[in-house]
Amino acid sequence: MDQERRVISVIVMNEASVLSRISGLFSGRGYNIESLTVAPIPDSKYSRITIVTAGSVRVIEQITKQLHKLIPVLKVYEHADLVEKEMAMVKIPMSESLSDIEALAHAYNGRIVNVGSDTLIAMVADEPMRVTHFLEAIKRFHPKEIVRSGSVALER
Amino acid sequence: MQISGAQMVIEALIAEEVEVVFGYPGGAIMNVYDEIYKQRSFQHILTRHEQAAIHAAEGYSKASGRVGVAMITSGPGFTNAVTGLADAYMDSIPLVVISGQVPMSLIGTDAFQEIDAVGISRPCTKHNYLVTDAADLPRVLKEAFYLARTGRPGPIHVDIPKDVTAQIATFDYSKEVELETYKPTVKGNARQIKKAIEAIANAKRPLFYLGGGVINANAAESVRELCHLTQIPAVETFMARGTLRYDDPLLISMLGMHGSYAANMAMSETDMVIALGARFDDRVTGKLSEFAKNAQIIHVDIDPASISKLVNAHFPIVGDVKNVVEAMIPLAKEQINPARYESWLATIANFNKLHPLAYKEEGDRLKPQWVIERIGQLLGDKANISTDVGQHQMWSAQFYPFTRPRQWISSGGLGTMGFGFPAALGVKRADRERISINVTGDGSILMNIQELMTAVEYRLPVINVILNNNFLGMVRQWQTMFYDKRHSSTDLSMQPDFVKLAESFGGVGYRVSTKEEFDAALKDAIEKNVVAIIDVAVNRFENVLPMVPAGGSLFNMMLEYKEK
Repeated sequence: MDQERRVISVIVMNEASVLSRISGLFSGRGYNIESLTVAPIPDSKYSRITIVTAGSVRVIEQITKQLHKLIPVLKVYEHADLVEKEMAMVKIPMSESLSDIEALAHAYNGRIVNVGSDTLIAMVADEPMRVTHFLEAIKRFHPKEIVRSGSVALER
Repeated sequence: MQISGAQMVIEALIAEEVEVVFGYPGGAIMNVYDEIYKQRSFQHILTRHEQAAIHAAEGYSKASGRVGVAMITSGPGFTNAVTGLADAYMDSIPLVVISGQVPMSLIGTDAFQEIDAVGISRPCTKHNYLVTDAADLPRVLKEAFYLARTGRPGPIHVDIPKDVTAQIATFDYSKEVELETYKPTVKGNARQIKKAIEAIANAKRPLFYLGGGVINANAAESVRELCHLTQIPAVETFMARGTLRYDDPLLISMLGMHGSYAANMAMSETDMVIALGARFDDRVTGKLSEFAKNAQIIHVDIDPASISKLVNAHFPIVGDVKNVVEAMIPLAKEQINPARYESWLATIANFNKLHPLAYKEEGDRLKPQWVIERIGQLLGDKANISTDVGQHQMWSAQFYPFTRPRQWISSGGLGTMGFGFPAALGVKRADRERISINVTGDGSILMNIQELMTAVEYRLPVINVILNNNFLGMVRQWQTMFYDKRHSSTDLSMQPDFVKLAESFGGVGYRVSTKEEFDAALKDAIEKNVVAIIDVAVNRFENVLPMVPAGGSLFNMMLEYKEK
C-alpha cells in the first residue's frame, strides 16, 4: 500500500500525561511518527500537537479516529492544504567562513544567531524539505551539532 | 461538606448506588479501607487475589448491566489487576477500578510498593487518572463512572496517592459531568439509516451479524423485533450469544473460527451484511480479503474507530445500537418485504442440514459436548454460564441453549484463563435467583482456584464444571493439527485431587465419569447450595470442530479431523 506523508494537528487538554497517551497510541498500534511537536496554545487550557506521520489511507483514517477516541483530545485535523514550517540550528567551528554561512542561512530564511570563541550557531526556518536541503548544503562547513525542531503547520 | 479523600471515595460510591465492591486491601489504600469498615451502604467482597477482584467485578457488570467496582492497593496489588483491566478493555466492560498509590512525596523515588500505575494502565483502559489533589476527587470519580458506562463502555482506572486519601477538601458531587472533549454519538444519522434500509430492501441475501455491542447496549429486544419483522437471518459472534434465543428459526448460530458451517457459509454467500455492534475480529473473519466478499456492509457501532478499521463499510452508522435499531424498525416495516428472503432462508436451512453442529458419542469417556448440552437440558434458562478459556469455552458457546442476553459471560477479546470462576462469583452476586455455572478446564481452573475461599465466605455457590481431559486442550488440539503431535508442555497428567481441594475450602466436590454420575452430582451440588467442583473425566483427544484454521477463509472449514 502507498505510504503517504501526512501532517496531523491534535488539539488536546493541556494536562499531565496527555503526551504519553498520544505517543503510546502511536507505538502501541504500530503507527509511525516522523516528528512531533507540542506547545500550549496561548490563553487557553489547550495544547497543540503537530504530528508528521506516514501510512496508507486506511491507516491515516484509523490514526485520526483513534486520536479522537482519547478522552482529552478536542479536535484532530488531518491537513490537506497547509503551510508547514520547521526550524533547525547548526553549530559550526569558527574556522569556517562566516560570510558564506550567513549567505547560505539567509537563503533558507535564517541567519547566524550566536557567535562564540570556538563555534557559531546558525538557524533556519523553512519548509521541511528545504530544511533538509540546507542541512545537506551546510555539511561543507563541518557542523559539529545539528538540531531539528519537527514541523508545525497551519491550514491555509 | 469537608471530608477526607478516603471518605469522598465512599460518598461517591454511595452516590453512584454501588451495592458491591470487589477488592483486596494493602498499605497505600488503607485509608479507604478504614472508611469501608465504617459504612453500611455497600458490601465489600474480599477476593483472594487482585486479578480475581477485577474479574468478579466484570462478571457482576456483565450479568447486571451496571458498572462494576473494584479496589486494590499500589504496586503488586495493581500489577495483579492489570490482566483484569485488559480483559475488561477488550470486551468493553464498564468498570471503575480504584487503586492506592504511594504518597505524593514518594512518587518517583522507587518507594516500597511503588509502580507507575497510570503508565501501565494507559493502554488497557478507556481512560485513567492519577489524582494529585483531594479537591479533584469528586469530579474525577464522577467522570470515571460516566466514562465507564457511556459511549463504548470500558474500564476506568483511578489511582489515588495515600496522602490524597487523607487530605481534607470540599466534597460536592452534584455537578453534572461536562467533558467538552468527550461527546459520544448516540443517535444514528437519520439519512444514513434510511439509505441502509433501502439497501437492505433491495438485497437478496441479507444477514444480521450481531456482536457484543448489542448486549452492552441492552438492544437484544429491539434486535429480536427487527429480525422477526424482516425475516432476515442472523449470525452471532461469540460475544453476542443469547441475543436471539437458541431455538429462534432465524438464528443460524455462532460464526467464526469455531462457528457453525451454516453461519460461516451464510456469511460467505450474503450480499448484505448488517453488522450491529460487532468489530470484525480476526477470530470472526478469518482471511479478511475473502470475508463476505460478495456483500455490501452496513456497520452500526458506537465507536467510530471500529467502523472501516478492518473491513470497509459501505453504510457506516455511528450510534448506539439500540437507538439505531429502534430507528430502523418503522422504516423496515414500511419498506422490507419479509417474503423476499424465503429462498435465502431455504439455502441456509440446507447448509444446516448438510453439516449441523454435532459430535459423535463414542468411546468410554464422556464427550465434553454432551456435558454442555446436558447442563442446558437440565438448567436451560435457570443458569448463567461463565467459562474460562479453551476448548470448554468454545463447546459452551456452540452447544449451550442460550435464551437471553447477559446469560453468557466469557472472556472473548483477551482470552483470559482464570476469568471464569471469579466472574461466576460476580454473576452470582448480581443474580442470586439463578444458578451460576462456571464451565472450565483442568488448566484454567487452577489459575484462580483460591477463589473457593471467597465463594465459601460470601456464600456465592458457584458450580464449577471441569471438563477434565488432562490436557491444555486447545493448545493440544493445535499441536495435534499443526505441530505434528508434538504435545509440548500441554499434558496435564499431574493434577490435584479436585474433590479434596474443594472440600478443604469448605465446598463440595464430585468426581464424575458417567452420565448418571454427572446428573446426580449437578443435582446434589444445587441442593447443597455451596461452592462446588464437578470434575468430569472427558474424552482426552476431542477436538473443537468445525474449525477455520487461523488465517483461512470462512468457507474453507475443517469439518472433521482425521488423525494422520
